[in-house]
Amino acid sequence: MTAVRPVVLSRALHPGAWWLWALGLATAAGRTSNPLLLVLLVAAAGCVVVRRRGDNPWALAFPMYLALGAFIVVSRVVFRVVFGGGQGDHVLFTLPEVPLPEWAAGVRLFGPVAAEQVLGGVYDGLRLAAMVVCVGAANALANPKRMLKALPGALHEIGTAVVVALTMAPQLVESVQRVRRARALRGGRQRGMRALRGIAVPVLEDALNRSLALAAAMASHGYGRTGTAAPRARRVTGALVIGGLLGVCAGLYGVLGSDTPPWLGVPLLLGGLGLAVAGFVLGGLRVRRSTYRPDRWRAAEFLVAGSGIATGVLLYVSARADAAVLHPSLSPLTWPEAAPLPVAAILLGALPAWLAPPPPVPAAAREAVA
Amino acid sequence: MIRFENVTIAYAGAARPALRAVDLRIREGELCLVTGRTGIGKSTLLGAVNGLVPHFTGGHLAGRVTVAGVSTADAPPQELAHLVGVVGQDPLAGFVTDTVEEELAYGMEQLGLAPEVMRKRVEETLDLLGIAPLRDRALRTLSGGQQQRVAIGSVLTRQPRVLVLDEPTSALDPAAAEDVLAAITRLVHDLGTTVLVAEHRMERVLQYADRLVHLPGEGRVLAGEPAALVRETDVAPPVVRLGRLAGWNPLPLSVRDARRAAGPLRERLADRVPPPVPGTAGETVLSARDVVVGYGSVTAVRGVSLELAAGQVTALMGRNGSGKSSLLWALQGSGPRRSGSVDADGTDPGRVSSRRARTLVGLVPQSAADLLYLESVDAECAQADRESGAAPGTARSLLDDLAPGIPGGRHPRDLSEGQRLALVLAVQLAAAPRTVLLDEPTRGLDYPAKERFTALVRRLAREGRAVVVATHDVEFAARAADRILVMADGEVVADGPTADVVVSSPAFAPQVAKVLAPQRWLTVEQVADELAAVAGEVRA
Repeated sequence: MTAVRPVVLSRALHPGAWWLWALGLATAAGRTSNPLLLVLLVAAAGCVVVRRRGDNPWALAFPMYLALGAFIVVSRVVFRVVFGGGQGDHVLFTLPEVPLPEWAAGVRLFGPVAAEQVLGGVYDGLRLAAMVVCVGAANALANPKRMLKALPGALHEIGTAVVVALTMAPQLVESVQRVRRARALRGGRQRGMRALRGIAVPVLEDALNRSLALAAAMASHGYGRTGTAAPRARRVTGALVIGGLLGVCAGLYGVLGSDTPPWLGVPLLLGGLGLAVAGFVLGGLRVRRSTYRPDRWRAAEFLVAGSGIATGVLLYVSARADAAVLHPSLSPLTWPEAAPLPVAAILLGALPAWLAPPPPVPAAAREAVA
Repeated sequence: MIRFENVTIAYAGAARPALRAVDLRIREGELCLVTGRTGIGKSTLLGAVNGLVPHFTGGHLAGRVTVAGVSTADAPPQELAHLVGVVGQDPLAGFVTDTVEEELAYGMEQLGLAPEVMRKRVEETLDLLGIAPLRDRALRTLSGGQQQRVAIGSVLTRQPRVLVLDEPTSALDPAAAEDVLAAITRLVHDLGTTVLVAEHRMERVLQYADRLVHLPGEGRVLAGEPAALVRETDVAPPVVRLGRLAGWNPLPLSVRDARRAAGPLRERLADRVPPPVPGTAGETVLSARDVVVGYGSVTAVRGVSLELAAGQVTALMGRNGSGKSSLLWALQGSGPRRSGSVDADGTDPGRVSSRRARTLVGLVPQSAADLLYLESVDAECAQADRESGAAPGTARSLLDDLAPGIPGGRHPRDLSEGQRLALVLAVQLAAAPRTVLLDEPTRGLDYPAKERFTALVRRLAREGRAVVVATHDVEFAARAADRILVMADGEVVADGPTADVVVSSPAFAPQVAKVLAPQRWLTVEQVADELAAVAGEVRA
């Protein structure tokens, strides 16, 4: 007899859950410039990605985001060294200063490099890098196509257009390669415009034919079966959705930025969300379409999204309570400290590495095992 | 099920209507084969069934087309999606999503079916077409036959009452085509689906058809029992032409029927042998040693050695993906080659400039139109002369030899499939290569065009060139080729005179060989000549 205990079945988590989780972490990162906390946050995100990503192409993009983060930190530091300004007492070394003409007063090239200056660049860069890495984590974990499928019914047409565009891109590359090879068969040794024309004309012709064939196929598949929506209802829906999304963008900016006026943050975000949802619901009412194997929002999704949001909220709260820990002082220069509350909050964000179900195994690999 | 009532379809700018006063009734559950020459209006007829013509293509439709009582005048193709499923020639061009399972579900999503129903139907369809192991594969990575079966599946999940297929097997090798046709006949027999299918290579479908719809030209449409109608049609598969020749009644439509009727014919031909291969092989013009072609971790050609002789036509056969194209490109020199050597007149075409390589070996690629990019036939010919450093007018006179009477001002896109092939061939021959390689040239050619192309290939060989034709078309290979090379998995698995290779093979044997085996007749023409000779001897 084997022990009967609940087994976590492998499945793909709802992409929305991963995005909520990542946005929660990104919000947390935006609230602090403490390098210890930021490094911990990046480690937490990395841990989740490593344990829960599949083997799809987009899942392999995470190292690229890490590299991008490193680049951001380095460029911030270099920037501060070059256009130094020379604040700070702890001069590490002095570079020969480049004299600038009169009109460039206030700008200084090189000169003494202070520890405060370099650290300021590192802290600043780390914060931005951590936010980028969070977005990268969401990209690696959430299947972009399932995300499009999860779009509200009102946006279905746009989603299909995006998927079609994504599949067209590799086809275009393929057709360029094919035509280039064909040009070689004619001994094509032309350069410049004539060569371009020799390739562009067949490729465009090909693309056009293919688009027409695809449009005909989609029509015969029933794409664009119309409901009976009045044009006015469609305009109202559109206005609601676009206005709402603009509100959401501005609200996100308010929440993520640390020195924006408070009214620009949560209230605008919520207001925008409300508008957009109303638009989607209205639009969705006239759509008679269904989704194959929809991603359901189940307990694991709540846990994952919740952990990310909790991290964001906790850091938001502790920023109110004890700003000194989240923003270590540069003058006087102090060693950054990690307080228990923010550390616990960030560790909470790493929990999906165990809470989320493992990603599904593709059929080919399944056969290999069986 | 489908009714055409006095239907006339005319496209803007066309001199005469594509279809004229067509009356046609197709009953439920029929498998209906649509035949006719290229450009005669088959696609127009098929497109009119679900309203793509004229809603999508433009043009004017007079009369009435109804499917299950719904008129296409009242409903655009979208609103007929639950009744009619359409599968085109190139499955890849019609895919909307990018994995098998999603593609199967796409049409149902548009109809708004419940998720449980969709899940069940996807599983059933996967099993029905035998594509369950492919369920989460990317569509682009599938072979042609698999893609075509997915395309059929994506239509079937909607459970349409009518299935319209426009040349579903034209891009497939014989085995993959059999798979697809088996799937289609199974639908007719098990589900009672009404199927309308257009097919160039009639020999593959005719025996399964309940009804034949033939377009003889000038917009007319004839419909009737296949065995009766096929007596007069201008396009007919070899087995039917053999039946006409031997005067069998009723006319056999399948190899099985023909074989049962062929006893007396076999007796008459018993102590006769087919004439020896006409092409006499001359000196070797190209020889390849241990050619290996690989892309990344995939090895497409594994150490192929071969010699091509002047005056010889070689057919290169084998299933899709067996390395035929890779080998041709490597022989021409512009494709990749990992190791091995090619020797054409003492020079390795892979080691010289592309301009020099094409004077040694000329290649017409699978999508021949890729080579054309100018606005008129004359401009293409003039450009070809410049590229080859040939005297002005060389390409044009070659073209007039190959396919007389193509107006010089015509845009290459407006040429027929056969004319475009001739133009590309003329462009390549302007460089006067002694070896000519053709990759899948017979795709999209109807019987008469194929006939002309066969003569053309024989002539190229007679003029002292070595010709290689990669093809899936066994009937064409039997008539045109002296020698057959069969490739599998990147290796040459059979190489020999046509009769030796094809007679013994179930997949590559032409219909006449199957009917008359173990005698070694390959084509109706051979049999006709021999019967004439017999008759002459008897009279004398």
